[in-house]
Amino acid sequence: MATALMDFDKALELFEPVIGLEVHIELNTKTKMFSSAGNPANEEFHAAAPNTLLAPVDLGLPGSMPVVNREAVLSSISLGLALGCSIAPSSRFARKNYFYPDLGKNYQISQYDEPIAFEGSVEVELTDGTIVEVPIERAHMEEDAGKLTHQGGSAGRIQGASSSLVDYNRAGVPLVEIVTKPIFGAEERAPELAKAYLLTIRDIARSLGISEARMERGNVRCDANVSLRPRGAEALGTRTETKNVNSMRSVERAVRYEIRRQAAILSAGGSITQETRHWHEDTGETSPGRPKSDADDYRYFPEPDLLPVAPSEELIEQLRARLPEAPAAKRRRLKGEWGFTDLEFQDVANGGLVDEVEATIAAGATPAAARKWWTGELTRVANAADREPSGLVSPAHVAELQKLIDDGTLTDKLARQVLEGVVAGEGSPQEVVDARGLAVVSDDGALIAAIDEALQAQPDVLEKIKGGKVQAAGAIIGAVMKSMKGQADAARVRELILERAQA
Amino acid sequence: MADLTRLTAAELAAELASGAVSSVEATQAHLDRIAQVDGDVGAFLHVSEHAIDQAKRIDDARQAGEELAELAGVPLAVKDVLVTTDMPSTSGSKILEGYMSPYDATVVAKSRAAGLIPLGKTNMDEFAMGSSTEHSAYGPTRNPWDLDRIPGGSGGGSAAAVAAFEAPLALGSDTGGSIRQPAHVTGTVGIKPTYGGVSRYGAIALASSLDQIGPVSRTVLDAGLLHDVIGGHDPHDATSLEGDWPSFAAAAREGASGEVLKGLKVGVVRELQGEGFQPGVSESFGASIAALEKAGAEIVEISAPHFEYAIAAYYLILPAEASSNLAKFDSVRFGLRVDVPGGTVEDVMSATRDAGFGPEVKRRIILGTYALSAGYYDAYYGSAQKVRTLIQQDFANAFADVDVIATPSAPTTAFRLGEKLDDPLAMYANDLATIPANLAGVPGISVPSGLASDDGLPVGIQFLAPAREDARLYRVGAALETILTDEWGGPLLDRAPELNGGTR
Amino acid sequence: MSEITPDLVRHLGVLARIKLSDEEVTSLTGELDAIVENIAKVSEVATDDVAPTSHPIPLENVFRADEPGEMLTTEQALQNAPDADDGRFRVSAILGEEQ
Ligand SMILES: [Mg+2]
Ligand SMILES: [Zn+2]
Repeated sequence: MATALMDFDKALELFEPVIGLEVHIELNTKTKMFSSAGNPANEEFHAAAPNTLLAPVDLGLPGSMPVVNREAVLSSISLGLALGCSIAPSSRFARKNYFYPDLGKNYQISQYDEPIAFEGSVEVELTDGTIVEVPIERAHMEEDAGKLTHQGGSAGRIQGASSSLVDYNRAGVPLVEIVTKPIFGAEERAPELAKAYLLTIRDIARSLGISEARMERGNVRCDANVSLRPRGAEALGTRTETKNVNSMRSVERAVRYEIRRQAAILSAGGSITQETRHWHEDTGETSPGRPKSDADDYRYFPEPDLLPVAPSEELIEQLRARLPEAPAAKRRRLKGEWGFTDLEFQDVANGGLVDEVEATIAAGATPAAARKWWTGELTRVANAADREPSGLVSPAHVAELQKLIDDGTLTDKLARQVLEGVVAGEGSPQEVVDARGLAVVSDDGALIAAIDEALQAQPDVLEKIKGGKVQAAGAIIGAVMKSMKGQADAARVRELILERAQA
Repeated sequence: MADLTRLTAAELAAELASGAVSSVEATQAHLDRIAQVDGDVGAFLHVSEHAIDQAKRIDDARQAGEELAELAGVPLAVKDVLVTTDMPSTSGSKILEGYMSPYDATVVAKSRAAGLIPLGKTNMDEFAMGSSTEHSAYGPTRNPWDLDRIPGGSGGGSAAAVAAFEAPLALGSDTGGSIRQPAHVTGTVGIKPTYGGVSRYGAIALASSLDQIGPVSRTVLDAGLLHDVIGGHDPHDATSLEGDWPSFAAAAREGASGEVLKGLKVGVVRELQGEGFQPGVSESFGASIAALEKAGAEIVEISAPHFEYAIAAYYLILPAEASSNLAKFDSVRFGLRVDVPGGTVEDVMSATRDAGFGPEVKRRIILGTYALSAGYYDAYYGSAQKVRTLIQQDFANAFADVDVIATPSAPTTAFRLGEKLDDPLAMYANDLATIPANLAGVPGISVPSGLASDDGLPVGIQFLAPAREDARLYRVGAALETILTDEWGGPLLDRAPELNGGTR
Repeated sequence: MSEITPDLVRHLGVLARIKLSDEEVTSLTGELDAIVENIAKVSEVATDDVAPTSHPIPLENVFRADEPGEMLTTEQALQNAPDADDGRFRVSAILGEEQ
């Protein structure tokens, strides 16, 4: 039976949506939150085989004990500060007890009543430049769980599976969970705000350098809470929590879907079940997960194996002083400095390429050239290879490539070939030019020899040009470019042909 | 050659160092003794197949002129709560039958590094829950003084092994008295160090905020020698204390002269006397106190008004932490798995935990789950944590007036096997005198004070000191030990009945 | 009588993942009732002005440097596994038929 959905505009007429977002960020420390095993959320350990990044505590082996990673604490404090939060003078870890096979100890070490950071707010910019202040309730440290693969069902789904396999590499990866307060007043832009918020959190984490912050790897994951209340009502409606909406696009779609689904139920006189729901990327729908029940009695208590985290005022101020400029403020500043139109800047920002463009400009390229490379050719190549543009090539190399075009060493077309070599790891653009012999031939003598050869093969062309049919030169240009393997400046070849015709 | 198993660890170490005895000989003598008497005593769950090889390596190193630690070549029994790479580690539970740890507990690693020879793994109440070692999934251990009686618990295996001369030294764990109460009922010495003084890494956790690993031996000096080996900071245990510790063996040697008792203020707790204490126990305790006074100590009566809440607080904190610590035994990564045809992973976990845990473990897990569950936390777990604060205050007040506190180590001598098995509350009451130290984190020692006049069974006296003052316990314990053994004309264990092996 | 009922014990068994038989539920109900009655006395002295103590020795800021250490081999990790496949631990279906 298909789920009834109400038209979005109609739903907004009848109800006010209230959203709340929980974002989990995987920190990129070298080791895990509570063990010295390699952290798969760090680039170095990213591609590890199953169950190869394990210390005893990650498997909950008898006798094992956790010890807190100092770097993860510092990263968490920095993130808290970047979210405008207060840092607790003393916070502690707690055990959240529940049984699940991806949990090595059958409790998750998390923070409960005393999180490390609380009460903040973050500026989120919508696509039209509107700024929304999103209130932050808390940010706390915890550990990730392992990964399950389902066997025997269809398409690796948990439903219908006959057994599951567990890889505990991810167990113990340091997480910071950021929880917003209920967000009111976003109205029809609630889905868009959810997406923009997630993008902002990712940018903050990335600017701090505390996470690889790659959505496709699950470094940033989002749970979206949605509830509706009838226009004019005071009390909040019952909410659902849609788990693991792990791309910018899907968080927007999921919030939109839940608004339409809940509106249909409520206006038909039904009531919303408080439950977790699963997002299905393929169908664009949510489906019910576990209902919230007394089985969610997590029996939190202070983690007896760990001690309180009590950062000094001095340490907090040191970390505050080292905070990079807030992404929203930085974007406003850069947009002015670069002189981009709104559309041009959105192109860069929405592609997550602000840092890359900035670094390319710092390396000597003009803003226009930097933008053109990153949003154009590099994005195209990255998409084709299913990679991130930032992973292809360094900003310094992009600037160098542009310089080679500007000084006439390369044509645009040659530059793309050079880029290929750089991406393939053949070295810097200049090294690729040298190794592949790709520079434009700027020696007129060599060009004239090639022109003469081409004219000999097509003797009628010279007559045509002399007769005023200048466009006939195209055939000769083509032949010359071919014999020069593209390494000639077509404009110069044309000039030389015309000179020849007038001689 | 004298019977090597009758030597203390210090004496044996001296023989090994002089070259008069090899570690292979000493180890073989203890393995022979185990073969002879352990059928009756049941102290060991597993006897090492590697002990002789390891002893040989120590002998070779000594021959080669290598510098060795004082206890190098001395055999050691290891409580099965500690994980070991070369022997199974079960914590006395069916759910861990055959479990092989990929790493050694820190105290085991330190013992190996000091050249001690692990002889085997000793029996215990399942997951250290009990005071009699009757809750072991592998059958009870018997008290060498009377094979129909309990050896105490949970570390009855380690205490019985030492008392039966199957090992000169053993490692134990003490969550509410599991080292000290077995020492009391077997006429041996046991120490619960200051919380954090000895690493818990590799000790299968019962209650993390109460557990502490410590030495089990026949003399105070021997305990000090082993404590020197296993103590100190461990980066794998966040609750382990930093900083240097004095030598506990040196403290014991210093104490043996008896000088330390002159002017020493010994507190006797008003709330831990009289009612509930067996007359023979009280009498033995009184005699020891008189001996201390005669040697120059000043006896001061002190009050610890919150000790009466200690058992209640303990039986909330322990089950709560245990319910969480024991959640890892779920059939997924290690241990028992009970197949449930067509069942979900939840069905398999539940069936496994039903089959793999004994009744006392289930009782405590259910109790702890209850104490932590929503709506009860403040009344139970939260309140118990407050009682802990009050007990710490009682200790602080007492130690403002006295140097050490003395109590009987337990209210009764060894009771008969089966006697309290069906009465959990009566069983829990055994830990009356030992629990406050675990709640407060302070160190405690149990030293033999004699035999009870009413049943002729061993009695121990417990000394408690402020946190980090473990050395004080070794000085005072060794001083009293010297006075009493002089008075008895030899160690208390000389009066234990012979174990003839297979005569039962 | 305290609030320990067979239904509560059964529920606690579900939370703790222990499949209790009816006999176990019956005996545990009686035992827990007696124990709880006994230990509930902690609340007599646990007044608002007393701070809770979770760790016997107060320490704080105990950290580890972010340096990779020794790791288990996959063989070590799986050596005690009741069931494994392709370098991973295998468990029964997570959801039942009707789910
Ligand atoms: Mg959450
Ligand atoms: Zn979380």
